[in-house]
Amino acid sequence: MSKQQNSMMEWIDKRFPLTITWKAHLSEYYAPKNFNFWYYFGSLALLVLVNQLLTGIFLTMNYKPDAGMAFASVEYIMRDVDFGWLIRYMHSTGASMFFVVVYLHMFRGMMYGSYRKPRELLWLIGMAIFFVLMSMAFTGYILPWGQMSYWGAQVIVSMFGAIPVIGDTLSNWILGDFMLSDAALNRFFAYHVVTLPVLIVVLVFVHIIALHETGSNNPDGIEIKANKDPHTGLPVDGIPFHPYYTVKDIFGVVGFLIVFCGIIFFAPEMGGYFLEDNNFIPANPLHTPDHIAPVWYFTPYYSMLRAVTVNFLGVDAKLWGVILMAASVVIFCFLPWLDRSPVKSIRYKGPYFKFALTLFVISFFVLGWLGTKSPTPLYTLLAQIFTVIYFAFFLLMPWYSKIDKTKPEPKNVTK
Amino acid sequence: MRMIKFLLLAILLAPFVAHSSGQEVKLDKAPIDRADKESLQRGAKGFVEYCLTCHGANFMRFNRHHDIGMSEDDIRADLIHTGQKTGDLMEAAMRKKEAEGWFGVVPPDLSVIARARGADWLYTYLRTFYQDTSTYSGWNNLIFDKVAMPHVLHHLQGWQVLEPGTGNLVQTKPGTMTKEEYDRFVADLVNYMVYLGEPHAPYRRELGITVLLFLFGMLGLTYLLKKEYWRDIH
Repeated sequence: MSKQQNSMMEWIDKRFPLTITWKAHLSEYYAPKNFNFWYYFGSLALLVLVNQLLTGIFLTMNYKPDAGMAFASVEYIMRDVDFGWLIRYMHSTGASMFFVVVYLHMFRGMMYGSYRKPRELLWLIGMAIFFVLMSMAFTGYILPWGQMSYWGAQVIVSMFGAIPVIGDTLSNWILGDFMLSDAALNRFFAYHVVTLPVLIVVLVFVHIIALHETGSNNPDGIEIKANKDPHTGLPVDGIPFHPYYTVKDIFGVVGFLIVFCGIIFFAPEMGGYFLEDNNFIPANPLHTPDHIAPVWYFTPYYSMLRAVTVNFLGVDAKLWGVILMAASVVIFCFLPWLDRSPVKSIRYKGPYFKFALTLFVISFFVLGWLGTKSPTPLYTLLAQIFTVIYFAFFLLMPWYSKIDKTKPEPKNVTK
Repeated sequence: MRMIKFLLLAILLAPFVAHSSGQEVKLDKAPIDRADKESLQRGAKGFVEYCLTCHGANFMRFNRHHDIGMSEDDIRADLIHTGQKTGDLMEAAMRKKEAEGWFGVVPPDLSVIARARGADWLYTYLRTFYQDTSTYSGWNNLIFDKVAMPHVLHHLQGWQVLEPGTGNLVQTKPGTMTKEEYDRFVADLVNYMVYLGEPHAPYRRELGITVLLFLFGMLGLTYLLKKEYWRDIH
């Protein structure tokens, strides 16, 4: 640095902790040196968030949150706005890819025990981000005002109606009308472009601050801070985030962009999974589609909602479905306290945990697939079986993680 | 680790899994070629002549047909019959209120119908109308039961009835086209509607190749950069 730049930095540092912040979070933030493939998805989630914020701003410039004009304004963006189709596909593909990277990010945490002490709060903040993300997806999917926007939202809002006593009043209050209409479109637009983005940005910031307080976990699930060089006081297995992980993440970003752009340019509907066929038909409150399916990232929970078919303990089946569905998402929050294993990482956990995690992933996929289908007696039975497996993974964890045969953890991180 | 790799593969491939819809009637494959501009132009003329009277394509502008090789003069001569400007949207000639009185429903806009229904569905639909005295319009359709739309192309295709027992369609009176001619005509129309659903699609794919080539180049460079920085980490 030249003398001039030095004095410039001094001037700033006296007024704002720029150098300190840079060092604390980048050049002298020590991350374990053994991050593998699974550790790309955190920074990729941040990339997708930025993509959603930027493309979202440009979409807002031409979108009309009006039940009579919304559908046409989306097609106007697709045809008459310069590169509007690209901006819109970046946003719609980004929505689905957000869930892809976040699910992989969460799965990474489950494999390597990243939710365990001292990272419980980090995990909970992450879950809060996930809840906001789900709300973003829901409010965003309504905006094109196609048939799936309309009827998908109808299904979700009707779940509030299942709550006893206050249900109907509550859903009217949410909708601002007795049915899904222009009033709801307007308020969901406001949530989608103002409230929720602000919330998610703040939560992501808090998530990173919490991460940098505890330090990152790693595929071995051991604390690198427990093993410091006596002379330097730095973790033996740690390397500065910048430049090592910044250059590595840039490589990851390019790899991700290849997949992302592959979808945007060659399969933006992704076979009806990212953009559903029925959503190219304008919303019609008088015509219920034969088959209502949410977008793929909600289908596992949707399956569990539909899996309850009997009234039980004097409570309506529909309400049980709603309770079960909410529980299926909230239950992730309890992972830090459900896991009683003496080790964190799957590398040193025993066969019970590996078996349970595999079953959990299979049930997540099967439930996801079932959620895209019209229910038949066989499918409902399958949904019920896999719902039980899904919950068993969590509820039996205190037992199987404790009696599992674990391997000893190493002192230093391994490749 | 092998299990984890398998799971990863499953997660990455999941969105590609073909999605099947519970269609009872088998759809015929639409023999269309999206690069065939002559077919698209024939389809555009057919569309304006037969569809645009009742159905709109309200999100499409006439002058967009430069895409499929039509000049401003071609567009004026072949596509505009009711005095609009070339920059206007392709709106239906019929008024919505009247349409509702005649058919019971407003005929749907066709701008993105190919994206909602798919080319094969449209190709099958337009070829499987049959006479049915029990319906309001006197027509019915094999894949869209009791559809409000009458068979406006019957004088081209000829008249068909449903053979009791077999469920096959049998021609009772020929139209002005042979079966091959009519199939070709419908294929052009469907080809055009696929174009209409996403006019920029050919450009999108073209641009996509450039973007991917660039990214693959960048992947190599960023890999080398990462390797260079990480040389001293063991």
